[in-house]
Amino acid sequence: MKTSALPRAQRERMSLLRRREALEGLLWISPWIFGFLVFTFGPMVASLYLSLTRYRIGGTPEWVGLANYQEAFFNDKLFWPSLGHTAYYALVLVFLGVFLSLLAAMLLNNIKGKGVLRALFYLPSLTPVVALAVIWGWLLQPKYGLVNYALSLVGIQGPGWFTSTVWAIPGIILISLWASVGGGRMIIFLAGLQGVPKELYEAAEIDGATDFGKFWHVTIPLISPTILFNAIISIIGSFSVFSLAYVATEGGPNYATWFYMLHLYYNAFSYFQMGYASALAWILFVVIMVLTLFQMWLSRRWVHYEYSEGGAP
Amino acid sequence: MTTETARSRPASAAASPAFGTQTFWRVLRYLIALVAAIAFAMPFLWTIGTSLKPLTDLYTFPPTFVPSTPRWQNYGDVFALAPFGRFLINSVIVTALAVFGQTFSTAIVAFGFTRFRFPGRNMLFFVVLATMMLPWHVTIVPSFLLFRYLGWIDTLLPLIVPSFFAVSAFSIFLLRQFFMTIPRDLDEAARIDGATSFHIFWRIILPLSKVALATVAIFAFIDHWNEFIGPLIYLNSTDLYTVSLGLRYFIVTPFEGDEPREAILMAASLIVALPPLVLFFAAQKYFVQGIVTTGMKG
Repeated sequence: MKTSALPRAQRERMSLLRRREALEGLLWISPWIFGFLVFTFGPMVASLYLSLTRYRIGGTPEWVGLANYQEAFFNDKLFWPSLGHTAYYALVLVFLGVFLSLLAAMLLNNIKGKGVLRALFYLPSLTPVVALAVIWGWLLQPKYGLVNYALSLVGIQGPGWFTSTVWAIPGIILISLWASVGGGRMIIFLAGLQGVPKELYEAAEIDGATDFGKFWHVTIPLISPTILFNAIISIIGSFSVFSLAYVATEGGPNYATWFYMLHLYYNAFSYFQMGYASALAWILFVVIMVLTLFQMWLSRRWVHYEYSEGGAP
Repeated sequence: MTTETARSRPASAAASPAFGTQTFWRVLRYLIALVAAIAFAMPFLWTIGTSLKPLTDLYTFPPTFVPSTPRWQNYGDVFALAPFGRFLINSVIVTALAVFGQTFSTAIVAFGFTRFRFPGRNMLFFVVLATMMLPWHVTIVPSFLLFRYLGWIDTLLPLIVPSFFAVSAFSIFLLRQFFMTIPRDLDEAARIDGATSFHIFWRIILPLSKVALATVAIFAFIDHWNEFIGPLIYLNSTDLYTVSLGLRYFIVTPFEGDEPREAILMAASLIVALPPLVLFFAAQKYFVQGIVTTGMKG
């Protein structure tokens, strides 16, 4: 209801009512306001402050300016390798993961038995991460594991996976792919594909488009906002990779899977260097933000919004 | 509708000269779908098989799927070798309370965002959405210090209490989207009859939102049941471990005799993974709906 539609006398009482309404509204959302301040905003500010101090648990924070950041960039021997491993893992996973999820969605779109297949594809994403590490640790066992046995059937000598510094990260990527390709990302793509108007495909067919042409010139542009969304969410998630490596390899062999979050975790909760760990947290946060903004900037060149914004009558 | 058109297409294609390639693509598509389905299902089947293997079946080449004689005792050993019953109880306590807290508190907040006008409402809601994009690691150190200050380390409280303060932006968003579809005429009518906001929330909004509430509760269940990092950081005593942490304890703690225990580990993994999988089969439609409404999760 609009205020202007009401008689004048009622309108004057409105401001009082409005104030009551505003107060009541704030009361209803107050659990969130409290939770946000105490569990999100407060800790963020605190961690920024701590990153500028030297602070061991039990002591008092001692102001050191940017020394923690300096330490990370120039002295910490594991800082750059851990960031490098994480970037390697994250970039491969995001590209392959988004691509394979899109393929899986296209495979299931309008297929007979879609419900059953979708359920099968989705199941791995529900597996608890520690169980994933156990199950796949055995599947990737170099000698008796199923994966290397399957490879041997097609004449390939399987690698040592988690015993090899070269193959440990690909192993973790493989597990992550299995656990995420058919998950939320695929379901979002399926919804996006359902939104592509049939007439466009028919129009393209009349113009003599090939299957690939239809995919490249109709499907991709129309679901490009969904691709961007999935890519951004995946980047944020995969740069924070922790549990899988922590359980499956504990960062080994020879630091080959020492991801950034493992580095942060050990600094915080094994060495209790809370100030330094906070600096590490902020560095990764800035890296993720820069990558997200970069993706958004890049997206202006390839993401099309015309259709979803309802330009059509 | 869409499946109908897809089904009717082959009939018309049969008459066209492209029949051969059409059929070829259709068969190929099913083949790929089948291979993918096998790839997704295989690790589960292999795990079930391995969990029942006696010791002699473990190190064989080529690997076998079906145990020579199923050893059901592997499941018994899970509970004998580690306090897995205790772990399960802890997980049930944490998950039940956190699911209740998360569902209830986010429903209250979503009600506030949909049924009242107040200055800064859109800005605050934008902040809610922004927290969904926040990587979890940024707040981990100060959160630990906060709980340590409160004396909550090595208790289940850090895993439960935050849920009661609507920290799940995903749930708020999903419920808000749903509440917005409930006509406000119902509120107005109730207000004329003298109902308070709480009555409207309790008697009208909640009963009409059972599906949305169930969706939120299911996702909350999966999240809290599967959570690993929180328990890892906040819990020290084995007695308090949740199943995820308990499973890891199982991996890293040596047992007497040092026998290979892959089979027992697989059995334990299945026990841990079973509740989310069962829930999924029982409530599949809520999942798809929840993910599609919010474009989140995963």
